[in-house]
Amino acid sequence: MKAHLTRRYLFSASHRLHSDKMSEEENRLTYGKCNNPYGHGHNYMVEVTVSGRVDDQTGMVCNLVDLDGFVHDEILERYDHQNLNLLQEFAKQVPTTENLCIAIYEIVKRGFRKAHLEKVRIEETMMNSFEYAGENGR
Amino acid sequence: MVYLTRKAEFSASHYYHNPDFTPEENQRVFGKCNNPNGHGHNYTLEVTVKGAVDPTSGFVVDLKQLKDVMGREVLDALDHRFLNKEVPEFCTKIPTTENLAIAIWQRLASKLTATELHRVRVYETPDLFVDFYGEA
Repeated sequence: MKAHLTRRYLFSASHRLHSDKMSEEENRLTYGKCNNPYGHGHNYMVEVTVSGRVDDQTGMVCNLVDLDGFVHDEILERYDHQNLNLLQEFAKQVPTTENLCIAIYEIVKRGFRKAHLEKVRIEETMMNSFEYAGENGR
Repeated sequence: MVYLTRKAEFSASHYYHNPDFTPEENQRVFGKCNNPNGHGHNYTLEVTVKGAVDPTSGFVVDLKQLKDVMGREVLDALDHRFLNKEVPEFCTKIPTTENLAIAIWQRLASKLTATELHRVRVYETPDLFVDFYGEA
């Protein structure tokens, strides 16, 4: 039997939405208060959904200790209490939550081998959330 | 096609243990969930059904029927129970959230005659949930 397992994680980070390809005026029009040059922060909630056959021996899709360990080492250690604009993946990309969602999906997809990654969903605030399930995702 | 979800809550205790494993293996794989005295959770169950909206009633499903089936088949059997000792499915299967979602699906699928079951979601805690879509 195949099941989907989802785990939630929290981290806090700052960012500023600003594109070097736009003028100051265009940036202000596009990003509004998110363009504040001093940046601002969020408590991000990340949901990681993996799937697979429920193992007969353990009753699990994958051991949560493995998923928690991977996300802690590769995601939370990387992003928690950081300024996203200063990270390598956002040197040429605006750290919108769309792009953050894709970046986290790619890290998990590349490195986590114990279950199939279905999607990454991020709540930037209680009022907005973003999902990425890969290029061919639903 | 419209999807309708109904929520319910139940509280139960369980522990994880595989009799085929040595005590050391059980401890290594299941960690603190292996405590034989059990521990408990407040589970949240979401049952999603799908179907066309009936032109006469405006319903995908009669909510009362869904609520009654969920109450009879799931909540009466699981709420305030020790899953390993009191629920037949878990005499042979480990009561992980994965197996709980599958067991709840199997309890509901045959009883929900007037609608089609789409998804069973079980939250063990607000930070952990399992979805089962009836896939083999």
